[in-house]
This record gives sequence, structure tokens and C-alpha cells, in this order.
Amino acid sequence: MAKDKLMLWGICLLAALTAVPLLAILGEVLLRGYDQLSWSFFTEPTPTAYKAMKAIEAGEPIPGGIANGIIGTMIMLGMAVVVAVPLGILCGAFLAENGKNRFAQFVSYLTDLLQGTPSVIIGIITYIWVVVPMKGYSAIAGSVALCIMMLPLIIRSTEETLKILPASLKEAGLALGGNNARVMMKVQLPAAFGGIFTGVLLAISRVIGETAPLMFTALGCSFVRFAVDKPISAVPLLIWEFFNDPNLQELIWGASLFLLLFVLTLNILSKYLAKKWNQ
Amino acid sequence: MNDKLYKIILFVAALAMPIVCGGVVYALVTDAYDAFEHFGFLNFLTSSEWSYTEGAEQYGALPFITGTLMTTMQALLFCIPFSLPVALFVGEYFKGTKIASVLSTVTDLLAGIPSIIYGLWGFYTLRPIIMALNISPQGSGVLTASLVLAIMIVPYAASLSAEFIKMVPNDLKEGAYSLGATRAEVVRKVIFPVAGSGIFSSYVLAIGRALGETMTVTMLIGNTNNIPDSITSTGNSMASIIANQFGEADDLRLSSLIAIGLILFLITALINMVGKIMIKRARIA
Repeated sequence: MAKDKLMLWGICLLAALTAVPLLAILGEVLLRGYDQLSWSFFTEPTPTAYKAMKAIEAGEPIPGGIANGIIGTMIMLGMAVVVAVPLGILCGAFLAENGKNRFAQFVSYLTDLLQGTPSVIIGIITYIWVVVPMKGYSAIAGSVALCIMMLPLIIRSTEETLKILPASLKEAGLALGGNNARVMMKVQLPAAFGGIFTGVLLAISRVIGETAPLMFTALGCSFVRFAVDKPISAVPLLIWEFFNDPNLQELIWGASLFLLLFVLTLNILSKYLAKKWNQ
Repeated sequence: MNDKLYKIILFVAALAMPIVCGGVVYALVTDAYDAFEHFGFLNFLTSSEWSYTEGAEQYGALPFITGTLMTTMQALLFCIPFSLPVALFVGEYFKGTKIASVLSTVTDLLAGIPSIIYGLWGFYTLRPIIMALNISPQGSGVLTASLVLAIMIVPYAASLSAEFIKMVPNDLKEGAYSLGATRAEVVRKVIFPVAGSGIFSSYVLAIGRALGETMTVTMLIGNTNNIPDSITSTGNSMASIIANQFGEADDLRLSSLIAIGLILFLITALINMVGKIMIKRARIA
């Protein structure tokens, strides 16, 4: 019995310890980042290293912010979502409808393969596919990388949500005289909307913090830019830049806080929505 | 829209997967070919030289393969004592309770933190601790990288293991209790044997995650192109050498980096495939 108690307490203690890193990371980013967050932090682009150095010498806070990163992330994410969501849903619908045949199983296997591929390799691939032929880094290349990373996640969530819908739903639609396409569009996809939407939110939260694939594709840019065929910045890329530039290190925490809050909010929101739609 | 057109549209969409994956393999192989041809495939794998002096360029992948394997294996070692209790907590001891769902939310959030932020935390918080403890003078190295990596893979291993622990049939556990077994004995003699293969497969998938983790390792491993001679020394992993040098590389070095990418891709694909097959088997059993 004593051994039993010991085991219970041991498990509780070790399980509780896993919360420590989360609190430590959140705490550190919050404490060091919150006083950097101001209106201008979101509306101004990154300062040059020289300007930042001058400000540090004068003992003033570093001017500027991460507007270039936020705009860049939004542009690339937007383009990636526009392609990945419809394609992913169609592909997921294909898997749900043809689950048993050989080709569908092959596609399903490849989806797992792509999902497990390290993001840095997605970066290399996009570099070879897009950056080399276009002869330069661009927002398009960055969004292709994000799109490839989102695809498997959306395919899986669509397939799984469609598969758990009751078969009677589809049969009722077919019995009313709808063909497969109509039943999918008017009955199954609307019924699966909650699950698919949650999957898309999770996919976005997964790729928004990705740094490695953007380093070789979007490269980064120190001013706000809307052109899609030129190098562009992103929030995680800025964090990486700040990390490597001693003059800009002060800005790390504000940018990290913004990214972390954004990602965790998306995570919690999608979990909450999933629960709500499942009821 | 008629059914035929609908089927064709779905089929064409599904073709995206073979095209993308085929493109990945094709691009990696053709661009890595130069390096393999120049150095020889086996020689490239076993050479530990990485020097880009012009005219005498010499590239080998061994230091980075070693670095990746060392960080991954150590991360796995550090991860087990935490992920297993979490899995038992969520899947058995407090199954279905509020506190279990709080804990799984915590691990979900841990899984959501971007890897660059883990890297920052490791660099600014963990590294000074390691320096203060006199474990290594520079603070960064294989040990630091694998500690943070371990935290990153705990959620993956724990949530999947918990799923398998939950699936252990109640009558088996009740049978053991009725024979006078204590809870600890039920865990050891019933849950582990029944859910063992599933738990094992969740660790295989966690390894797959750790192998390709880039930013955290790049920020913490110290970035030296040598075979790490102890667990505290610095090195480079396959992912981190790519992240460090890809932007400035050209010609033979670029091809060598892509060759390292190809090797990394093949290793992760293999590990993930093994893990998935094991999970499928564990689910049927």
C-alpha cells in the first residue's frame, strides 16, 4: 500500500512538473515583453541597427516595431490559406469517400509522410521549386512553404470529421434524390464545418510560428512591403533577426510575446470551438 | 454538377499529394546528386570533414548525423520520466476528471509554442543555469539542446500514450483488482503489457518529431562542425547545419547541404512509417 501511495504521488509530482516549462516560458516572455508593447510597436517597421544603437547609447527605448513582420505574416498566411484550404478540403473529401481503395490509401500514406517532414526540408524544397526559378526570395515562395505545411493538417481534419458523420446523413441526402456532389456540398460539408474550421485554425497556429522554412524563401525585409514577388518579413523571422543582432536584442521579447499570445489564443479558441461543436 | 465531374475534381485534388511528395523526392535527389557524385555516397556519410576553403572543399555528413542522433536520443531519455507519468495521470489515475483535462490542455499548449520561442527560453534561461552549475563553460551544447527538445516532445509522446492507456479494457483491470492486486501492480502487470506496444509507438513518433526540429537546436547546440565528444560539448545537427549555412552556400556546399536534407528526410520518413505501422497494429490488437 505504501508503494501504491508513493507511485500515485510520484506520478502527480512528475505530471505537475510538466506545467513548469509552460509557466516559465509564458512568465519570462510576459515579464520581459509587456513593456515593449505599445501602439507604435505594431505600426512601425523595424529600426536599423544604427538607429537602435543610437537609442541605446542615449539611454532611450529602441524606436520602431514589428509592423513589417505582421504585414508579411498576414500576406503569406493569406495566400497559403487561399490555396491550402480548398485543396485540403477536396483532398480530405476524396479520402473520406474512397477510404478503402488502393490509390486513396497511397494518398493517405503520403499525407502522413508530408506531415512528418521536418519544416527545414520544406524550406529547401520551396527554395529549389520557387526561389531558384524566380531568381529571388519572395512572399510567394514563403507562402508556398506555409501552404505545403498546412495541407496535410487540413486534409486529415477534413477526412476525420467527414468520417465520423453518421452514415444516415449521407443516405438521407441520397434518398431525397441528391447526387454525391450535391450531398457533399449541401449536407456533409456543412455538417462537418465545425471540425474543418477547427482544423484550419490549428493548421494556422502550427505554421504561423515557423521560422526555418521562411529563412530560405521569404528571407526578410526591414520595411513594410505589399509586393508578393519581393523578399518579405514575418514575425518569427524578425525574432530570429533580433536574436542575431546585438543592437536589436531588446525587441525580441515584445515580438515573442505577440507571437506567443497569438498562437496560444488560436490553440485555445480551436479547442473551445471543437468542444462546442461536438455537443 | 454531375457525379462524374465531382469524382474527377476530387481525384485531381487528391493528385496534389503524389505530385508534391514526388516533387520533394525528385528535387532533393537531383540537387543532392552533385555532392554524392563528387564525394561518393558512402564517403559523404562517413567523412567528418566540413571545410569550405576554396579549391580544397571537403564535406561530410557524419558530425551532423551524430549530432542529430545524440540530441534526439538524449531528448527521448529526458522525456520519458515526464511523459509517462502525464500519460498515466490523464489515461488512468485521473481519467475523465477535470484536472486531467487541465493537464492535457497544458500539454497541448506546450505543443503549440513555436520552436523559436523554445530556443529563446533555452538560450536566456536554461543556458545561464547550465553555466552556473558548471556543467559546461559556454552553456550551449548537445545537453542544452536536448533538454529543451525533451520538453518539446513530451506533449506528443504523452497524449498518444494516454490514448493507448485509456483503451486498456476495464475487465482486465478489474480482474487483477479482484485477485488482490494494488493499483501499482495493475499499472505494471496489466496496463504496461497491454498498452506497451502503443506506448512504444508513441515514442517512435516523438523521435520523428525531435529529429527534424530546427530552430531550437540551432540556437542551443553551439554550432561547431565537429563530432560532439561528450554530451556537454558543442556540435551541429543535420537540421541546424542547414539552417546555419543554407543562406550563404552555393555550388558544392549547397548540394552537400541538400544531401544532408535528403538524408534527414529519409530518416524521418522511415521512423514515421515504422511508428505509424506500429500504431495501426497496436490499435487492432
